[in-house]
Amino acid sequence: MFKHTLHPLHSGRSLLDAIDPRAKILFAATFAIVVALARTMPTMFAGLAVAISLVVVARIKIGDVIRRLLPLEILLILLALVLFWTVPAMERRDGLRLATIAALKANAVLLGSIGLIGTMDAVTLGHALAHLHIPQKLAQLLLFMIRYFDVLNREYARLRAAAKVRGFRPKMNGHTYRTFGHLVGMLLIRGFDRSERTLAAMKCRGFTGKYYMLDHFAFSRRRDVPFCIVAATIVSLLVGIEWMGWL
Amino acid sequence: MNEPLIQFHNIDFAYSPDRTVLRGCNFCLRQGERVALLGPNGCGKTTLLHLIVGLLRPTNGRVEVFGKVRRGETDFHEVRRRVGLLFQDADDQLFCPTVAEDVAFGPLNLGKPRDEVRLIVAETLKSLGLNGFEHRVTNHLSGGEKRLVSLAAVLAMRPDVLLLDEPDMGLDDAVIERLLKLILGLPQALIVISHNRSFWTELTTSALEMREGNLFVQVP
Repeated sequence: MFKHTLHPLHSGRSLLDAIDPRAKILFAATFAIVVALARTMPTMFAGLAVAISLVVVARIKIGDVIRRLLPLEILLILLALVLFWTVPAMERRDGLRLATIAALKANAVLLGSIGLIGTMDAVTLGHALAHLHIPQKLAQLLLFMIRYFDVLNREYARLRAAAKVRGFRPKMNGHTYRTFGHLVGMLLIRGFDRSERTLAAMKCRGFTGKYYMLDHFAFSRRRDVPFCIVAATIVSLLVGIEWMGWL
Repeated sequence: MNEPLIQFHNIDFAYSPDRTVLRGCNFCLRQGERVALLGPNGCGKTTLLHLIVGLLRPTNGRVEVFGKVRRGETDFHEVRRRVGLLFQDADDQLFCPTVAEDVAFGPLNLGKPRDEVRLIVAETLKSLGLNGFEHRVTNHLSGGEKRLVSLAAVLAMRPDVLLLDEPDMGLDDAVIERLLKLILGLPQALIVISHNRSFWTELTTSALEMREGNLFVQVP
């Protein structure tokens, strides 16, 4: 059910794989902000072009990209339909324009993130965010989530299997809802118990509230400086295009 | 006789008024001893280990560790540094994304500098035959590997006493054999809970059986 969420898309053959994750996250964030705030069409098209090139450079399989974009596209199509039919006929052009803008921005931001961040494994992402000094609690939460996602998922699968071997087949009835209620409730209780045991284990190893990080990322001059220059140039160009549109 | 490391004086412990686990329990572990803790499920063996490191507090009686009576949370900070507890379920114990971080967690909490910690991690993993495991993701380890890594995490703190809560549970014979050899090679005094007779007879010098909330010497 959650299988693909924690596994990165990277192929190991891309130039981007070796770049310092912190630089990639910062680039993805600034890129997303610039595209999201853009008001002129040329900037949005340029942003989309940049995002597509990032996905190409990251060498992600086209199938994976489509799978990740699909939910977004469905939402965008619904949005376009709603905008088309709910506005008075005279304003339909405006409605369509808005729908196009939404589609351009959303696709650019998502594709850019897939290219830059989707290629990192979750552990690296968690560490990089922690080193970028996001609040410690958030970083800890993310790292714990990564660790226990699988454990909870396996627990869920075990409970489902236990129900299945006793002849449980989900249907649209009270029994099914009650069973799923029990299942989710049990999952929460077990999760809570496990968190208590984990805290006990942490205390046994001298934990008193502060979480220390072992790994540090090395910022490499040879690889990361060129990447940052390219990233800064792209962002400035996008801002430039936007500026020209306003004049 | 060697000096006592851990002593229980008339310990009572109850999870709730109608669930008393220990009644007037006396117990002593000395330097160099390896003791097996036996008894049926739910008789209070794990509880006893948790009382030693202060995860649980006795209803009555005194817990004395390293020659000092331990009462409050701060008393147990030192105990936890020097007593390594291996949990029943390795998934409870390994909570960091990668093996190296997990093994480093204890030493970092002790305030050791990063370079030294890195050295300790490498040494500890090597001593358990886990070379090259540093960057493995803990989720993806097998049951046996998880158990060995959680042992590494405990040993990285260089404890004086080891408390092993069913270390052989759920492992195949080959892994048990490997674990046995590793633990036999360790210098620490230890208490081990196990339901596997051949495992504990080979590992320990004496055995205690828990019955009706107290401990009795078991004649092999």
